[in-house]
Amino acid sequence: MSALISISHLTKTYKRDKQEITVLKDVSIDIEQGDFVALMGPSGSGKTTLLNIIAGIDRPTQGEVIIAGTNIGVLSETELSKWRSRHIGFIFQFYNLIPVLTAFENVELPLMLTPLSKSERRRQVELALSVVGLADRMDHYPRQLSGGQEQRVAIARAIASDPDIFIADEPTGDLDRVSAEEILTLLNRLNKEFGKTIVMVTHDPSAANRARIIHHLDKGDLIPQGQS
Amino acid sequence: MSMTKLIVKNAFRHTLRVLLTIVGISVAVVAFGMLRTVVTAWNSGVAASSPNRLIVRQAVSFIFPLPYSYKEKIAAIPGVSAVSWLNWFGGTYIDKDQFFARQGCDPETLLSLYPEYTLTSKEISAFKTDRSACIVGIETAKRYGLKIGDIMNMEGDIYPGSWQFTVSGIYIPRSKTDDATQMFFHWEYLNERMKQDDLTRADQVGYYVVKINDPSRSAEISQKIDQLFKNSAAETKTETEGQFQQGFVSSSGAIISAINIMSYLIIGIILLVLCNTMIMTSRERTREYAVLKSLGFTGGHLFAFIAGEALTISMLGAGIGIALLIPIVQGFESFLPRGWFPVFIIETSTYVLAGSSALIVGVIAAIIPLYRALTMKIVDGLRFTG
Ligand SMILES: Nc1ncnc2c1ncn2[C@@H]1O[C@H](COP(=O)(O)OP(=O)(O)OP(=O)(O)O)[C@@H](O)[C@H]1O
Ligand SMILES: [Mg+2]
Repeated sequence: MSALISISHLTKTYKRDKQEITVLKDVSIDIEQGDFVALMGPSGSGKTTLLNIIAGIDRPTQGEVIIAGTNIGVLSETELSKWRSRHIGFIFQFYNLIPVLTAFENVELPLMLTPLSKSERRRQVELALSVVGLADRMDHYPRQLSGGQEQRVAIARAIASDPDIFIADEPTGDLDRVSAEEILTLLNRLNKEFGKTIVMVTHDPSAANRARIIHHLDKGDLIPQGQS
Repeated sequence: MSMTKLIVKNAFRHTLRVLLTIVGISVAVVAFGMLRTVVTAWNSGVAASSPNRLIVRQAVSFIFPLPYSYKEKIAAIPGVSAVSWLNWFGGTYIDKDQFFARQGCDPETLLSLYPEYTLTSKEISAFKTDRSACIVGIETAKRYGLKIGDIMNMEGDIYPGSWQFTVSGIYIPRSKTDDATQMFFHWEYLNERMKQDDLTRADQVGYYVVKINDPSRSAEISQKIDQLFKNSAAETKTETEGQFQQGFVSSSGAIISAINIMSYLIIGIILLVLCNTMIMTSRERTREYAVLKSLGFTGGHLFAFIAGEALTISMLGAGIGIALLIPIVQGFESFLPRGWFPVFIIETSTYVLAGSSALIVGVIAAIIPLYRALTMKIVDGLRFTG
């Protein structure tokens, strides 16, 4: 069986002031269904860029990205947008919750794009919030929550639409040790209990150690490393 | 959560900013409505004029009279179906600040030329039989508490002396744009007094009002009338009633068009205010739009969010403005010397214009933010830090 995420000969260049910068050089990588992968590397090495391409919010300059049998490079913007809402759950470093919406409403947001009924949506949101341990904070606004709690709401938002792949760009980058541990434990649970595939970028070696596989990026080259 | 709830929550995110924007739009809508109402009031004479009526006046100026003897000659012209005549009286009623038109008329023909002034048949016959009788518009009657049988005492200026008129009828105009403030009395009553006091001013009328059956012939008939009195002591100038009224207000025409232009500039101001708010708002939300897009929200959704928000603000502003306009216009009217504007009403078209402008402004204000949100790449939006 082929890998869930299969990237071959991926190159990404940006043009800035007529100057071309190659951010990713001929990167090939396979990620299996149920893997928990950490991407490490110095600042500017292209980690976020690679993650964005896997998530279908950025496009490769060259090479193929095949995810669950779909070559996402050939999808139109609209098709890609639909595909993302079904397959990808995003977890950002700065949570990116909508400040005027309660925790409940933030988690409900991606479900507004589904044909679920109001009561089905409610059930799903409550489930997602209880998975992250915030069922009692449903009516709180982001500013009434701690950073760790905000990130857990963001994870609940990613869980709500039940995607196969979770994309996390430095999810603990803005958190203290304890909150970071909570988040990593949560990601571990998603991976182990729910069988979700997780691709996470991190600068923190102890965070990376929670993953099953660590890849290092350096100046656009991928240096594969052993499994933990 | 519904889309509507999301839009409203978003719209009121910066409460103070949004309230100021709404107040700004409301104030502008009130100003727009006021200016339009003043323009309407000014033009109402023209609007109420009938294409079936020609006004024959002295060619040099309408302050000079015409001989009474012209009546038969005008009536004889083919295409003319009725002739009536009026005479400005001026005068002072109560004090100098009371404005409303007072004119001597021919009671026999007046109402056939001005069918828009309705009276009961009892009032009509009372008016016709009593030489010192007069009729007044319902507005003027209300204003001075005049009832049938009351005496109106006037101090003449154009026609010196004391004058008494008995109110024999109160006319109600058919449409809101018709003048409901005028007072008409017997020209004959005036003429008799002139015959005694100043013979040189007897048998003269201010202007003739001529009824024609076919408005498309107005130019031709006007020309015939003027031709008839060419090279006489009192040459005439004949115009349709609309042209006559327009001439009356033409001295103020420049001011009126300035007011008109201002009223449209105000809509431009509304647009700028709202555009500014929307551009600021959406710039701050760049990252959120990127997040929404990453979650799978499409261009259509962003359109609904952004245009919905702009429209929520503009329609609220317009709604409050229109609601305030009514009492403000009434207050403004009571503040003006009574009778300055015989017709002072907010036209339906003013509401429609204000409402549809707000709608259009809402959509236009959404264009720039929407364009930016749509063309923004998600990855750039996520990197956006303000
Ligand atoms: N939209 C863009 N236009 C131009 N250059 C870009 C763009 N996005 C990223 N880059 C450049 O690509 C390179 C890699 O960026 P990327 O964000 O992938 O690095 P990273 O490994 O995530 O770094 P960090 O650890 O600091 O987040 C950087 O040099 C960056 O300046
Ligand atoms: Mg990065």
